[in-house]
Amino acid sequence: MDRRTMLAKTSGSAALAGDPAFARYANAALPKRAAVTAGLEPFAGAWDKRHASHLLRRVLFGFAKADLDKALSLNSANCVDALLDVAEETLPPPVSTDAGDTGVTVGQTWTTVAYDGNFNGTRQRSLQNWWMALILGRKFSAREKLILFWHNHLATELDVVGDPKYAYMHHLLLRKNAVGNFRDLVRQITVDPAMLQYLNGDSNTNTNPNENYGRELQELFTVGKGPETAAGNYTNYTEEDVKAAARVLTGWRDVRDTPTAEFQDKKHDVKDKVFSAAYGNTVITGRAGTDAGTLELDDLIKMIFAQTETAKYFCRKLYRFFVYYAIDATVEANIIAPLADQLMKADYDIKPVLATLFKSAHFHDAANLGCQIKTPMDVVAGTLSLLEAALPDGADPIKQYTLMALMVGEASRMQLEIGNPPNVAGWSAYYQDPVFYEVWINSDTLPRRVQFTDKLASAKGYGYPTGNAITTDVLALANATSKPGTVDTLVSELAAIFYPITLTDVQIKYLKDVMLSGLPEYEWGVEWDDYVAAPADATKIKPVETRLRALFGAMMQLAEFQLC
Amino acid sequence: MLEGKSGMDRRRFLKIGASACAIPLASGKLTASVYGSPLSSLAALAGNDRVLVVIRLDGGNDGLNMVLPLDQYANLAKARANILIPEAKALKLTTATGLHPAMPGLAKMYADGKLRVIQSVGYPNHNQSHFRSTDIWFSASDYNQVLTTGWLGRYLETIYPGYPDGYPSKDFPDPPAIQIGSALYTLLQGSSVPMGMAVASATSIYSLVPAGFDTAPATPAGHELTFIRQMFTETQKYGESIKKAIAAATNKSTLYPATGNTLSDQLKGVARLIAGGLQTKVYVVSLRGFDTHANQVLAADVTTGSHAALLTKLNDAIVAFQDDLRLLGLENRVMGMTMSEFGRRILSNASLGTDHGTSAPLLVWGAGVSGGLLGTNPVIPATVTVKDNIPMQYDYRSIYSSILKDWMGVAGADLQTVLLKDFPALPIVGSPVLPRSLAGAGAELEQNFPNPFRGATTLRYRVSSGDRVRLRVFDSHGALVRVVADGFHAPGTYARTLEAGSMSPGTYFYQLEMGGKTLQRPMEVMR
Repeated sequence: MDRRTMLAKTSGSAALAGDPAFARYANAALPKRAAVTAGLEPFAGAWDKRHASHLLRRVLFGFAKADLDKALSLNSANCVDALLDVAEETLPPPVSTDAGDTGVTVGQTWTTVAYDGNFNGTRQRSLQNWWMALILGRKFSAREKLILFWHNHLATELDVVGDPKYAYMHHLLLRKNAVGNFRDLVRQITVDPAMLQYLNGDSNTNTNPNENYGRELQELFTVGKGPETAAGNYTNYTEEDVKAAARVLTGWRDVRDTPTAEFQDKKHDVKDKVFSAAYGNTVITGRAGTDAGTLELDDLIKMIFAQTETAKYFCRKLYRFFVYYAIDATVEANIIAPLADQLMKADYDIKPVLATLFKSAHFHDAANLGCQIKTPMDVVAGTLSLLEAALPDGADPIKQYTLMALMVGEASRMQLEIGNPPNVAGWSAYYQDPVFYEVWINSDTLPRRVQFTDKLASAKGYGYPTGNAITTDVLALANATSKPGTVDTLVSELAAIFYPITLTDVQIKYLKDVMLSGLPEYEWGVEWDDYVAAPADATKIKPVETRLRALFGAMMQLAEFQLC
Repeated sequence: MLEGKSGMDRRRFLKIGASACAIPLASGKLTASVYGSPLSSLAALAGNDRVLVVIRLDGGNDGLNMVLPLDQYANLAKARANILIPEAKALKLTTATGLHPAMPGLAKMYADGKLRVIQSVGYPNHNQSHFRSTDIWFSASDYNQVLTTGWLGRYLETIYPGYPDGYPSKDFPDPPAIQIGSALYTLLQGSSVPMGMAVASATSIYSLVPAGFDTAPATPAGHELTFIRQMFTETQKYGESIKKAIAAATNKSTLYPATGNTLSDQLKGVARLIAGGLQTKVYVVSLRGFDTHANQVLAADVTTGSHAALLTKLNDAIVAFQDDLRLLGLENRVMGMTMSEFGRRILSNASLGTDHGTSAPLLVWGAGVSGGLLGTNPVIPATVTVKDNIPMQYDYRSIYSSILKDWMGVAGADLQTVLLKDFPALPIVGSPVLPRSLAGAGAELEQNFPNPFRGATTLRYRVSSGDRVRLRVFDSHGALVRVVADGFHAPGTYARTLEAGSMSPGTYFYQLEMGGKTLQRPMEVMR
């Protein structure tokens, strides 16, 4: 995987400006904001809809009113704890829904049958669909968002990994460690069959070392690249360290079709590996024998994770994923440094660190509300959650996967395909300075976002295949507000769920106008009461349903809806 | 350049058949007329450039105080004494029927034959719910039928099949419909998406919704919001064509009120868009506030009050718009109609207002209308109770049907598709358009698009049995200008591009000849 050529295509403003999907108004420089002085001390403000929904927006893929009610029944700290309490799960594996896959019967899992390269594509899609169904399972849990965090941070691509079973095992690894230990996960990922394939660990031998993983491990997964102080010296590591790390990892390879990894000591470099001053000139003793691989890997991980920069780099990734993309000196000093300190003290368990961040005054500072742009997954899965869409369950896998495939495709066309990040650096929204989140929005993706929500709001619904459309039960959503017959209450309560920032009076009026087409507000109450009195009468249902569809469609067309 | 064989099924073709009545060409000169219309008006009959403007009067217009049944005043005075316009103040259209005194401009248009007043328009079992009745008017459904598409949406879909996929395109660069206002009415709803776009206001007509409202807050969220709003504006797919149209034209009438008339502002924008060259077929505007349950008149002078103010706005806006169209040379291309979900109760209430009613008069206006009064004054009973309403004389869909057929040129089968059933045609349009298809088969010839055109236009035709086909272009004197196709054609659909090249501005005809029969249509090259 040659990441550098791929990155070259998008880095630099000149290249971006020539890109057909270039967003011309995107940041030319990082925006300046007044220093946010709120730190990691616990949030002490009122635990209201605004703050509870902020937390849910950031750690879930959308939420329904019931989730918000639940969050409000707790306090800030309890709510975070509940979201981070990810119990062990027992999941049915992905199944085949493709009669063309002759290696497995429809409805049965392909994860236990023999590898057949002819069916990689269909099985990879099955994995994506299975994953999407889990995301849309709408648990009150941060697990799924953290899995996407890890998938972005320790990226692999289905298309490159090849064997869908590898990808499945890899996914389970991320899933199991979603709120686990950063160091242990990196240790396991280093010899994970999918990663061995993806970054060429499988061809890294004593006679022919391959530096790909040794480089990305340091540059992207752990210590990160600091300023280049001299040729090949990136402050936190050097080109020599890349070579040394690669030599430490020689001899590991994946075992086809098991899918496991093994260490072949004959292919291992037995000489000592000397690291640079960045690592305090650490020497990892060269070893021979069958346990040499494990022992040297442990040493390597220990060395890398002893670096404060590893903890800081990781905390910056968390910050950009969950809070905001611009990290100024105040954030660096008041948030990143103390979080990194906590992470190291916790021996790289991330749960206490996430808890500190999500419970903090800083996370809830007004400046951090609504400052993210929804990822395509927030748009697709998030909107389905928000609209409480009735989705098919696993009882009919063909039906379920057919829909999930459409959802994977929607997000994919909006430029986020689960399982296939653009390269090992993950999605550029989390590193492309200075545009960051703004890369999600361009002249192609923005209309797609609106078309998607327009379909969900329409009477016809989102057609998957015809006759099985997802239609939004707008009457039920309206009914869940405290006074559905009162326009002001209806619109303002929905707005509190739909948007992370408060709408202005002009916008509220706009939404009311859309809904009422200029009629006086009391008419809505009259019509709503007529419907309530005759809830089965189509001529009473339709007038209110039509107005509500117009309202929901317009609400999701507002630019504010794209904020997270 | 030949053979776009797909996506054409729903396009409208003129068919060659046994009864095809083509313009005979004698010694190279075009001599006869078609359907009795003089040749000089053929271009105007093409129908392709005709525009419909719909004015929605939101809230239920009190028709009884707009079109005054002067011969019913004895009984009316008993039923609505507190709000009735004095007979002496009525602007008389006929001896028995007058207009509200706030509408002198429309009375003048009536005298000039540019206003058609249709009495007591409604539908059986009229629904008095604003929302339900609006849905009925928009969808053209029966009172007990629920449709999720709008009648104009269905009409536009016959011209823009498959919309929005593939649009805008070279042939269809502009939105099918434009609504001035915040959100699209279901009137324009097509089978999958609305068949048009909303433009927020006519005063800053390029502020397309939902691009933005107030300035975004000075926060990081506001920073991203501003960016997203800019991108919304940037990505409006018809943004460019609208911008171009606005830049290409200015209003010419001095009659538009400077302030205080939102309808006039909207129509001013519409005139500019039409003058700017948009091929958009339908414009929708609205005037709000007709739900006059209270104080629709002032007790001191019943010719004033909120209803009079609304009718003044309606009058002033239409008069200015019509004046502008005339000055812009567009008068013959534009027809307008009003619609309101219901009229109001005959019996007034004690709050100087009226409650929801049923049938009401409807106005159709423009240079192309057959002017005058259609229908008779409603008969007001001697004793009017709260239950009494005005019986329907004309089903509202008869007006739709007549305008679609005679103004927009929608032919029989399509009319059925759009309106779902047949309605009696009413004499509303003064110069009915040439039908777009004829019975029979053999070959079919579509109206060229765009038309009028500069640069190039596309001629489409379908051949249902293999034969030699000639497609040629003649000028208005019948002289051959261009041979577009000549040779054996297998059955199929064909599209040919005609470059205007050296053709000077004016009216031309293109003629399809096959098996000794001919079909032809007029086209117009623009300056």
